[in-house]
Parts: sequence; C-alpha cells; structure tokens
Amino acid sequence: MGALYKQNDCEEHKKMIAFLDHLGKNTRTSFTKLGRGTFFLLQTLSGILSVLIRPRLLFNQMYSVGVLSFLIITISGLFVGMVLGLQGYYILSDFGAEETLGVMVAASLVRELGPVVAALLFAGRAGSALTAEIGLMKATEQLSGMEMMAVDPIKRIITPRFLAGLLSMPLLAGLFSAIGIIGGQMVGAGLLGVDEGAYWSQMQANLDFQDDIINGVIKSIVFGFVASWIALFEGYDAIPTSEGVSRATTRTVVNSAFSILGLDFILTALMFGDN
Amino acid sequence: MQHTSTQDTLVGLFVASGIVGLFFLAMQVSNLGSFTAHDSYTITARFENSGGLKVKSPVSSAGVKIGRVSAISFDTKTYQSVVQLNIDSQYNTLPEDTTASVFTAGLLGEQYVSLEAGGSDELLQDGGQIEITQSAIILEKAIGQFLFKSASEKK
Repeated sequence: MGALYKQNDCEEHKKMIAFLDHLGKNTRTSFTKLGRGTFFLLQTLSGILSVLIRPRLLFNQMYSVGVLSFLIITISGLFVGMVLGLQGYYILSDFGAEETLGVMVAASLVRELGPVVAALLFAGRAGSALTAEIGLMKATEQLSGMEMMAVDPIKRIITPRFLAGLLSMPLLAGLFSAIGIIGGQMVGAGLLGVDEGAYWSQMQANLDFQDDIINGVIKSIVFGFVASWIALFEGYDAIPTSEGVSRATTRTVVNSAFSILGLDFILTALMFGDN
Repeated sequence: MQHTSTQDTLVGLFVASGIVGLFFLAMQVSNLGSFTAHDSYTITARFENSGGLKVKSPVSSAGVKIGRVSAISFDTKTYQSVVQLNIDSQYNTLPEDTTASVFTAGLLGEQYVSLEAGGSDELLQDGGQIEITQSAIILEKAIGQFLFKSASEKK
C-alpha cells in the first residue's frame, strides 16, 4: 500500500511540475516575443530616414494600404452614420430632442466610432494583407535573398509599409467620420425630418475642435501605429510555412482588435475624463 | 510593383479626400468655423449661486452671444461664486451698471450668463466688476418655496 501511495504521489508531482513547466515556458515565450517585437519596432523606426530619401517606396505602399482600403472605409462609414441617425432619432424623439441628433451622431463618430471602427477595418483589410505578404516573402526566402544582396529588408520592405499605415490611418478615420456624419444627416434630415440647420448648428455648438477632433485624430494615429506594428511583426515573425503564415494572419487580426479596443479605453479615459 | 501614373493619381486622390475629410470635420462639425481669434477683455461677476454654470458656457446679451465664461472660483471670504467672463472686444460698450444673471436655455438646456445693459455713462473696463447680479434659479428651492407658499395659503 505504502509503495502505491508513493507512486501516486509521484505522478501528481510530475503532473504539477509539467504544468508549472508549461506555464513558465508560455510566459517566457510571450515575453520573448514582446521583446522581439520591440526590437523589431526600433529597427523599423531606425529606417525612417532612408525611406524619406526614397519616397517612392512609401508612395507605392500608400496605394496598397490606403487607396485599396478607401472603398470599404467610406461605405462602412456611410452605413454606420445612417444607422446612428436612425437609432439616435428613435431614442431622442422620445425626449423631444431630435434637434440634438447631429451632436449625437457627430460626437460618437468623431470620438469613438470613427477611429475605432476604421482601425478595426484597417486591421482586417490592410493588416492581414501586410502579414500575409511579409510572411510569404519570408517563406519564399525573398527576405533572406535581399540580405544576401546586402539590402536591408527592414528598411526596404518593412519601414515603408509601417509609415504608409501610420499616415493612412488618420486620413481613413477622418473620412469615415466625415462620411458617417453626412450619412446621419441624409437619414436624419432627409428621411426623418430633423431640421437640417439644427443638425449642423447644434453639432458646431457642442463639438470642440481641440477636445473632439484633435483627440480623435490622435486616437487614430495611435491605432494606426499599433495595427501596422502588429501586422508587420506577425508577418516578419511567422513560421515560414503555409500554415505558419495563415496562423500569423489570424493572430494579426485578433491581436490588433484586442490592442485597439484596449487602447481605446485607456485613451478615452485620459482624453475625455474631465468633462 | 510597377508605379504607373494611374497609381500616383489614385494615391493623390486618396490623400486629398482624407485631408478634405479632416478639414470638413474641423470646419463644419466642430466650433472652429465659428471661432474667431478676436481680442477679448475680462470682467468678473460675483454670484450668490452660479448653479450649473461651467467654464466655456456662453455669455449673451439680448440673446446674442458676446463671450464665454473663462473661469469660475469660490471666494473664501464672501462665500460667493466668482465668475470671470471673457467678452469680445468688439462689444466694449457695456455700461458699468450692467446686470448679470444666470439663466437656463430651455427646460433642460445648459446654463448661460445673460448681461442686461444699464443706463450709466461709465463703461466697464478690462478687469472691471459687475455689481448687480442675479443668481441661478435652483429648481429644488423654487419648488420648496412654492409648496411652502401654497401650504400657508390653505391655512
């Protein structure tokens, strides 16, 4: 009996140790990844000067990151604004405050929905494409090939894409908000009969350039930074197989969404705290 | 990737429309369009109670917005609310015996300072003080007085 107990005890111990081992390994892996990511970011940032010398690289990426995301951003913005107009009208008309529809639509778009939804769409549309592109370049050894030719792949491939994302994001978020506000006006003033003058004048009276517009732009720049960083790093760090690239693409979308939403909470708490 | 002139045009269009969008937000949506960098001068008004008045609340006279509230503080000696009003320099002909009152725009609207000009020949200068003020109407107080009055009438 005694020997059996001892053996059982031993099994339990082994399981426990294996669990701790696993836990420690996972923690260590994620910290290592974060470290690699930070190092990667610094390398990327150090290439900014060489991109500014060759702006054509940046320009090409502005096309694939910005222009190709244009359509999805504008159409989503229009529909989000129209839905806000409808929903806002139903609720505000209960209180006889339809005239403040413009404030509601504009404030929610400029402060929150514009930067956040545009960034989520950006991560889904442009971020996943960037990860797949870089991952495939790695899998087909194009990146190592460049290194063999003494071309720094970070400066040549990564930094232009990062800068393009950083520059495109505020433009896309601004477009999203602007088109959403026009969509809200189309539904509110066009269909539901809110006074058009009141829609705009209430909006102008209640939204502040510094507090609302600039803070929204700052948000979108932060989101563009994070989404591009995650997308490029996941691609660069992908296991160079077809499965590895597909996993990295998934991770890009998931991690970007988490980071954007989490950062949004922090930024909102910082920006709109004292009101 | 080849760079063609079509691609250049598209990038140009994209950047231009993005900037137009941001410009639209700045001018049409926010208060930047109506914001003019006029010079302004400051006068103070002391209220027994400034109610729900906030910094940036409008200051109007005869229904026209002529400035904004720039600061609200509490005077520890007189136990009054000291409200600083930033008035546009173009409206620099307010008489010295102007009355300041805190009113509410609409039933649930925001509170604002209303200035009513008096008849004095002396004008309010920068840093001047409004002597005659009327406090904000506190709804609970008004209801309390009304109830008290109707109760005493019944007796």
